[in-house]
Amino acid sequence: MPPLPISPETGPQVVLELIYRLKVRDAMSSPVITATPAESMRDVQYRMRDNGITGVPIVEGGRLVGIVSMGLVIEALDSGRIGRKAGELMTRAVISLEDDMPLAFATTYFNRYKYGRFPVLDRDGGLVGIVCASDIIRALLVAMNKEVERLEERLSAAAVASGGLPRPPDGLSRLSFQVTHFDFENAGKASAEFKKALKGLGVDAGVTRRAAVAAYELELNQVIHSEGGTMSFVAGAGRIEIVAEDRGPGIPDVASAMTEGFSTATEWIRSLGFGAGMGLPNAKRVSDEFSIDSAPGRGTLVRVAILY
Amino acid sequence: MRISELASALGLETIQDGYEDREISTGYSSDLLSDVMANAKADGVLVTVQAHKNAVAVASLVGLAAIIVCNSRPIPDDMIEAARAERVAVLLSPESAFEVSGRLWTALRRP
Repeated sequence: MPPLPISPETGPQVVLELIYRLKVRDAMSSPVITATPAESMRDVQYRMRDNGITGVPIVEGGRLVGIVSMGLVIEALDSGRIGRKAGELMTRAVISLEDDMPLAFATTYFNRYKYGRFPVLDRDGGLVGIVCASDIIRALLVAMNKEVERLEERLSAAAVASGGLPRPPDGLSRLSFQVTHFDFENAGKASAEFKKALKGLGVDAGVTRRAAVAAYELELNQVIHSEGGTMSFVAGAGRIEIVAEDRGPGIPDVASAMTEGFSTATEWIRSLGFGAGMGLPNAKRVSDEFSIDSAPGRGTLVRVAILY
Repeated sequence: MRISELASALGLETIQDGYEDREISTGYSSDLLSDVMANAKADGVLVTVQAHKNAVAVASLVGLAAIIVCNSRPIPDDMIEAARAERVAVLLSPESAFEVSGRLWTALRRP
């Protein structure tokens, strides 16, 4: 199958937001049709035929132990081994996805590994679904239809309303960036641009570093934990302000979140070197003023000021 | 000691050209990017197994000169591109972070 023509880096912003907002669980098929290692390849062949599928995960005690593709069934038929146990002939090195990974990971996996399907595991390693290329295409088309509708509405509304006027210049440097959930490809871009702007203003290197640390931690928090948000920066006249505002889900226990080492990040996020529970404490430590306002169902608003 | 001198002294593979061959004074070993943000010093080297572009972003934000990726971890193309854009050196070692850190510490303290 030719590669899925979706880039997790260079696509249009709307598509990027979709593939990072949608999770693997939004696209996967569930429940999964499986077989046990003790069943024969013939059993697996019939299961494929009866259900119109081309791959069957092999499961033992709720755990994924292998997978049998239609190609393997044909090989077994060819070599007279169709009566053998699935456990003997299955592929053991299975590449799987996690259900809370963004869909962008799934498209990358399809293009990288060239398999027709990937089993989906939950946080505890249990098999919860399976995803093939057509599942992804269907989920994306549904989401893109909704998105195009929304854009069309916005365009017609904008045509009616008169355009807003730009802010009068007041000698302050302002920057604002949209941050997308789970978009690790672009994570840190807002902070990098902000750091460049501070350098351009001739702000002292130590102050710039403090501002960069606060900005990066708050930006990464939005990438890892929020449903998307905005990073805004204002600098000038001896004061740097960073405002991180997101659309939710909000923090149930702010005091815990401010404690070093407390983290709600998942395993795969930690494997990237994030989610150590140091983000908010780091941001507070480098700031002269720090405030956080958050509650479940509402977003999180963090304001930081650094004086120079 | 410059990055290029360090690479030959420690037998490191230089992954991309076009980095700024800066003078290095110190190093920091960690796989937690927040820890690197908080504690790594500018003009230092990061010793890590985090071979992805977010490590480059962190290095650039705190002013690190180079990243040494340990255990011969595969370096993705987008990490190399990011490193080239930020002029941060990416060096690869077959050894563990423990061994690389030991060699780095010795090399930087030699008169």
